[in-house]
Amino acid sequence: MLSYYLRLALLSIKRNPILSTLMVAAIAVGIGASMTTITVNYAMGSDPVPHKSDELFAVQVDSWDPNNPFREPNIAPDQMTYMDAMALMKSAPAKRQTAMTKTFAVIEPEDRDVRPFETTGRATYGDFFQMFEPPFLYGNGWSRESDDNLEMVTVLSRETNEKLFGGDNSVGKFVRIGGRNYKVVGVLDHYRPVPKYYDVTNGPFRDPEDYYIPFNLVAAFELSRAGNTNCWKPNNEEGFQGFLNSECVWIQFWAELPTKSEQEDYLAFLNNYANQQKELGRFPRPLNNHIQSVMQWMELQGVVDDGAQVVMWLSIMFLLVCLLNTIGLLLTKFSTKAGEIGLRRALGASKRTLFLQHIIESAMIGVAGGCVGLFLAWGGLQGIGALFGNEVQHLVRLDVTMMFTAILLAIVSALLAGIYPTWRACNIQPAVQLKTQ
Amino acid sequence: MQIRPILSALSRNKTGAILIALQIALTMTIIVNSVFMIQDRRGQMDRASGIDEANTFIYSYSGFAEDFNEKTQIPEDLNYIRQLPGVVDAVQTNSAPLTGGGWSMGLATEQGADADGVGTAIYFVDSHGLDAFGVNLLAGRNFTPDEVIWRERSETKWPGQGIITKELASDMFDGDWQAALGKTVFIAETHPINIVGIVEKMQAPWNGWNGIERTLLFPSQLLFGSGRVMVRTEPGERDRLMREVEEGLVANYDGRLIRRVQSMEEIRENSYRNHNGMNTILTTLIVCLTVITALGIVGLASFSVNRRKKQIGTRRALGARKIDIMRYFMLENFLITSFGVIVGAGMTIGLNMLLVNALDLPKLDWYYVPAGMVVLWLIGQLAVYGPAKKACQISPALATRSV
Repeated sequence: MLSYYLRLALLSIKRNPILSTLMVAAIAVGIGASMTTITVNYAMGSDPVPHKSDELFAVQVDSWDPNNPFREPNIAPDQMTYMDAMALMKSAPAKRQTAMTKTFAVIEPEDRDVRPFETTGRATYGDFFQMFEPPFLYGNGWSRESDDNLEMVTVLSRETNEKLFGGDNSVGKFVRIGGRNYKVVGVLDHYRPVPKYYDVTNGPFRDPEDYYIPFNLVAAFELSRAGNTNCWKPNNEEGFQGFLNSECVWIQFWAELPTKSEQEDYLAFLNNYANQQKELGRFPRPLNNHIQSVMQWMELQGVVDDGAQVVMWLSIMFLLVCLLNTIGLLLTKFSTKAGEIGLRRALGASKRTLFLQHIIESAMIGVAGGCVGLFLAWGGLQGIGALFGNEVQHLVRLDVTMMFTAILLAIVSALLAGIYPTWRACNIQPAVQLKTQ
Repeated sequence: MQIRPILSALSRNKTGAILIALQIALTMTIIVNSVFMIQDRRGQMDRASGIDEANTFIYSYSGFAEDFNEKTQIPEDLNYIRQLPGVVDAVQTNSAPLTGGGWSMGLATEQGADADGVGTAIYFVDSHGLDAFGVNLLAGRNFTPDEVIWRERSETKWPGQGIITKELASDMFDGDWQAALGKTVFIAETHPINIVGIVEKMQAPWNGWNGIERTLLFPSQLLFGSGRVMVRTEPGERDRLMREVEEGLVANYDGRLIRRVQSMEEIRENSYRNHNGMNTILTTLIVCLTVITALGIVGLASFSVNRRKKQIGTRRALGARKIDIMRYFMLENFLITSFGVIVGAGMTIGLNMLLVNALDLPKLDWYYVPAGMVVLWLIGQLAVYGPAKKACQISPALATRSV
C-alpha cells in the first residue's frame, strides 16, 4: 500500500513541476540556511570532553578590586593570581589539579638548514596530561616530581615534532626552546579540542600550543608569557618577583573532582582559604569562589558567540518564512486536485486514506528539500570557512548527527506545512466537486 | 475605488491572505533588523584609525641568539630602516591600531586609589612615533629624544611625559580638550604624567572596545626581547620596502626572527574579518529571503488568478477594462501587504528590543521601519505584477465557455 501511495505522490509531484520545484526549493533554502548556522552554533557549544566534562572544574577565587567586580554582574576573575595558584597547588584537596599559562619562545632546530621559528607553549603541571587526556603518539607526560624538581622536560605537539624530527620518535632527545635545552618526554598525536575549553580566556577556538613545559619553570626562568593578564591594583614592587607577588590574574586553574563530596570539600577549602587571606588584608570582596564544570564554564565565558546566535535565530525565522511559503503552495496545489479528491471520496475512499496519501506527498517533498538543503548547508559552511578563516575551520564540519538532524528537520517541517492543506483537501464535499465537473 | 469587493472576496478566502501577510511580516522583521545590523557594522568599519594606513607596515621581531643585545640592536635596526630610500620614518612600538592586542591602563586627574579613572590604550614610541604612525599633532609638541627612556618588561615606573588623543583629553577634562595641554594626570594611582601634546586621532588596538578613541603615547623604548616595528613609506613604495626591509634586516643580523611582516591594510582586513563575514552572511540571508517571499507571492497570486478565471472572464464580458482587472489584483496585494507590514513593524521593533537587551546593539533608527514598509510594498507589487498581467489577458469569451 505504501509503495502505491509513494507512486501516487510521485505522479502528483510530477504533474505540477513548477509548483513542486518551488516547494522543494523553499524547504531546501530554509533548511540550508538554518542548518548552516545551527551547525556552527552546535560546534561552538559542543562538549569537548563528553566522558569527563562533569569531573573537570575551572576554579575561580575572587581576589578582585573592592570597588568593581571583575565582570558584571559580580563575576569572579576567569584567571588566578600567582600567589593563589601556588597556595592551591600546595594544599587544595583535588585528585589532580593544574595551574597553567601560555608562553612563547623561539625554537632553534639542531638542523642548521631549518630556520628557527616562533612557537607558543603551555606551561603546566604534569597532571594536565591525565586530566585533559590529550592522545600521545610517543612517550608520556611528566610526573609531580619533575614539576617539583624543576626538570627541564617537554612534551611536543605532533606538528612541532614533525618540523623538528621529521615525525620520528623523539623521546629522549633534546630541543632548544627559548635558548634552553629541554628533554623530550612525550609527543602528542593530533589534538584539537573544540572549544579549547581549558583556556577560553586566550581564545576558545585557537589551536593548542606547540609545546608543553613544567609550570614552575615560568618563575624560575622568568619566561615571557603570551596570554592575557589583568590587574586591578598597581604593582609597585620591582622585577619579576614583584609581578609574581602582584594582584594580577594570568593563570588558568583546573581541578579534577570526580565525586560530589570531593567537589564540596574543594569549594569549602576555597572559601576557607579566602577567609584566611582576608585576615591578611587580601580578598577585599565578599566571598565569591566557585568551581565550574566544563559546560558551566563554556556558558559563563560566553564561548558561543552572540553574533552567531543572532544569525542562527534569524535563519530559523527564515525557515519559518519558507514553511509559510510551502503551506501556501501546498494549498494551491491540493486545491487543483479538488476534483480528483471529490471523485475518489464518492467512490468510497476514506478520509483517512486520502489524508495519508497526501501527507506522504508532503513528506516526499520534505525529503527532497532536505537532501538539497543538506548540499546548501555544506556549501554555506564552506562559505563561512572561507569568510572567517582559520579559527572556524573546526566549526564548519557537517557530522553524521547534523546530517540526520537536517533531513529530520526537513521532513518535520514539510509534514507540519502539509497538515493544514491536506486536512482542508480531505474535507472537500464530494457532491460539490462532482456537480461542477 | 473598489476596496469593498476586494475585502469581501478576501474574507471568503482568508487563509491564503493570512499566509502571505504573515510571511511579509516575518520577512520585514528579518530584513530590517539585518540591514540595521549591517549598517551598524559598516559604521564601525568606516571609522578612521588616525594613522597613515595606506603607506605603513609593521613587523614583529623576537631575539633568540645568545649574542642578541636588544639595547644596541633596536637602534641599529631603526637606523638601518630610516636611511632606506622611500622610507618616511620607523618606530619601535608595543602595538598599533587594529592589531587586537595591546596594553591598557587607567588615567585619573587626581592622585590616589579612589580617583575616578578613564581607561586608555598605551603605545610606547620614541621621538619618531608621530611621524612613523602619521598622526596629526593638534597642540603642544612631540617628545624630544632625551625624554625617551628604556623600559624593561617588569618595570613599575612610568615616563613623566605623555601625548594623548583629543578624545581622551576631552573625556578627562569635561569636554574641553584644549584644557588638557600642560596638565598633570596620574597613572597607576600615583605616577604623574605631564601632557605635552594632543593628537587629533589615533585608535586603540581593540576595535570592539567602546573607548577605542582613547590613546596615550609614552616616550619609551622597550626591552622585552621581542616587539614590533612600524614603518611608514612614501606612497607606492610600501610593497617593495616590505620585502627589502625583511631581507635587509636578516642579512644584517640573524640572531633575531623577523616575522609577520604585514601592511596595515592586511591588518585592517583581519581585524574586521568577522564584521565582513557577518555582513556577507546577513546579505545572503536578505537576498534569499526576498526571492523566496517574492516567489511565494507569485505562486499564490497565480493560483488565485487561475481559480478566478471565470469571474475575470465574466467581469471582462460585463465591460471591465484590462486595467480594471490589473488594478484589482494589484490593490488586493497592496491590502494584504499593508496588513503584513503593520504587523511587521511591531515585530521589527520587538526583535530590535530583544537584540538591544541581549547584545547591546544600538536602538533601531526610526526611519528603518517606514523604509522597510515601503520596500516590502514594492516587492509585493512587483511580485504580483506578472500574475496580474496574465489575469488581464484572460479573454471575456472564457466566461461563456464551460457554463
